[in-house]
Amino acid sequence: MALPAALELVAVTKRYDTTLAVDAVNLKIPAGTYCCLLGPSGCGKTSTLRMIAGHEAVSAGDIILGAQNVTDLPPADRGTAMMFQSYALFPHLSVIDNVAFALKMRGIDKPTRHKRAGELLELVAMSQYAGRLPAQLSGGQQQRVALARALITEPQILLLDEPLSALDPFLRVRMRGELKRLQRELGISFIQVTHGQEEAMALADHIVVMNHGKIEQQGTAREIFHHPRTEFVARFIGGHNVLSDAGQLIAVRADQLGIVPFTDGAFGAPALLTQTEYQGSYVAVSLTLDDGTALFSHVPEATFDVNPFRPGDRVLATWDPAKAQRLQ
Amino acid sequence: MTTSDEILQEGSPGVTRGSPKAQASLRPRLSPSFVSWLQAGPMMLVFLAFFLIPLVFVVIVSFWDYNEYQLLPAFSGRGYTDTFEGCIDKLPELCTIGRTYVMTLKLCFMVWAITLFIGFWVAYFLAFHVKSKTWQMGLSLLCTIPFWTSNVIRMIAWIPLLGRNGLVNSGLVKAGLINHPVEWLLFSEFSVVLALVHLFTFFMVVPIFNSMVRIDKSLIEAAYDAGASDFQTLVNVIIPLSKPGIVIGSIFVITIVMGDFITIGVMGGQQIAAAGKIIETRVNALQFPAAAANAVILLVITFLIITMMSRIVDIKKEL
Repeated sequence: MALPAALELVAVTKRYDTTLAVDAVNLKIPAGTYCCLLGPSGCGKTSTLRMIAGHEAVSAGDIILGAQNVTDLPPADRGTAMMFQSYALFPHLSVIDNVAFALKMRGIDKPTRHKRAGELLELVAMSQYAGRLPAQLSGGQQQRVALARALITEPQILLLDEPLSALDPFLRVRMRGELKRLQRELGISFIQVTHGQEEAMALADHIVVMNHGKIEQQGTAREIFHHPRTEFVARFIGGHNVLSDAGQLIAVRADQLGIVPFTDGAFGAPALLTQTEYQGSYVAVSLTLDDGTALFSHVPEATFDVNPFRPGDRVLATWDPAKAQRLQ
Repeated sequence: MTTSDEILQEGSPGVTRGSPKAQASLRPRLSPSFVSWLQAGPMMLVFLAFFLIPLVFVVIVSFWDYNEYQLLPAFSGRGYTDTFEGCIDKLPELCTIGRTYVMTLKLCFMVWAITLFIGFWVAYFLAFHVKSKTWQMGLSLLCTIPFWTSNVIRMIAWIPLLGRNGLVNSGLVKAGLINHPVEWLLFSEFSVVLALVHLFTFFMVVPIFNSMVRIDKSLIEAAYDAGASDFQTLVNVIIPLSKPGIVIGSIFVITIVMGDFITIGVMGGQQIAAAGKIIETRVNALQFPAAAANAVILLVITFLIITMMSRIVDIKKEL
């Protein structure tokens, strides 16, 4: 495998006619990082990935991979490889020919390229399917083949466009684990586009939350979950309540939002308890503040059972001001 | 409390439980397979009555005897032996029928190759360069313009263009490119191929375009990502995936050109022999068994060509 290299985006911008899809994004991804670009659809994460891949021209800015400015290079000369959302396997080629495709394009003879493709199929545990056509494989198997095909060029960075979105939930969790394992074993960077915060938190060493073509916040999963900087991040990452405290927006984690019976003058926000849902280890409690803000709290089962509230109860939502995040 | 009878009353007024009307609504519906036979039925009947049965007659009549003025309904191979008359004696030279078929196949091959080349690139342009569906539709309709007027009018219209003193010749002479009008522009193989190509390129464009638009654009990106040049993408991805369209278009063009006698007749100035023309000549001479025999021969040859082409691609699977 090639030496892992760091990736740097310098004021990378993408304009489509009148709209600004990616707005002067600066980003550094150290070598060997699992990085997730997270955001809602239309936030510019896919455009960013496609510009790194070389499938989208950069309107302004530079993309630097290792010691090389790759901004204007075609994909194959960059040291990147892309795994497409729908896998984009060639339907007329067998699994082994799909994997060996890039080597065939380089004019490498058949025995050599098939041998190398065989090794990669082994890496993704698909050796016994070498002779099949893509249509004869399940979604998960197709994904493994797509992965092997992307890796055959020995990229320094693998780019994955929503790789798990086509799979059913059960398979998604399993393939997620395999992607992470593969990234660790290969030691190269994986940059993955996703709109699932759970997926990003499970996988990424480095999460980049994007919105409206800009990076809202970046950091490790814990940094982002513990310290969401903006209302958008707090809402998008999930598990947070956003409420107004004396004119200042704050984020309070659902598991850190307490509920006590209503008493006049005590600290907390008066609220109406609207619903309780038993979730096993915790009870999900929905509240509505007097100003209409909907809140939710995850109360541990044992705590809840001490004082089981019922829908319609008037309560106080409380939190530790030291742990509440002030939002910009 | 609403009883089921009340619900029945509300949904179907006037129907009481157990009445003949209620029983009728319980009668089994037409089975789905019967309905699909019903849908395919009319076309099947038309095929049977106006294609299969006449075809059987053609095969039967091809084995009848004939003389100058009548059909003799008795088994005879004369239709065939007359057609191949002298073919063995003349060897290694080709007999009339042999030369006719060589000519027909030659025309057919030229038209096929040219329509395939032009059709492929037109389809490629429509499928990959024209982004909007509306433009794709509009430009495809443009390809149908040759069919807006009758074949005969169109061919006659070419005479003042390609004729000895036509527009092209006089233009070339005036431009000083040639001294004398060239003869091969009209009533020649050139004009026949030109007319056939202009007519039938459309039959290549449509199925190839159809195959091409179904190619997932991300496949082309995937090829690019793997380092394929435009040419390599064309050879390794686009052409293999367009093969069904190429074969279907080829079958259209080959079958039409193999049997054509009007275009070849008019544009060739009745000077070019073709398989279709033999049949026409025999029919005009009222030698129906011989005409039928030639029709059977043409059918067999065309069928062989199509079978060979179908080997290249499994059309049943692709449709």
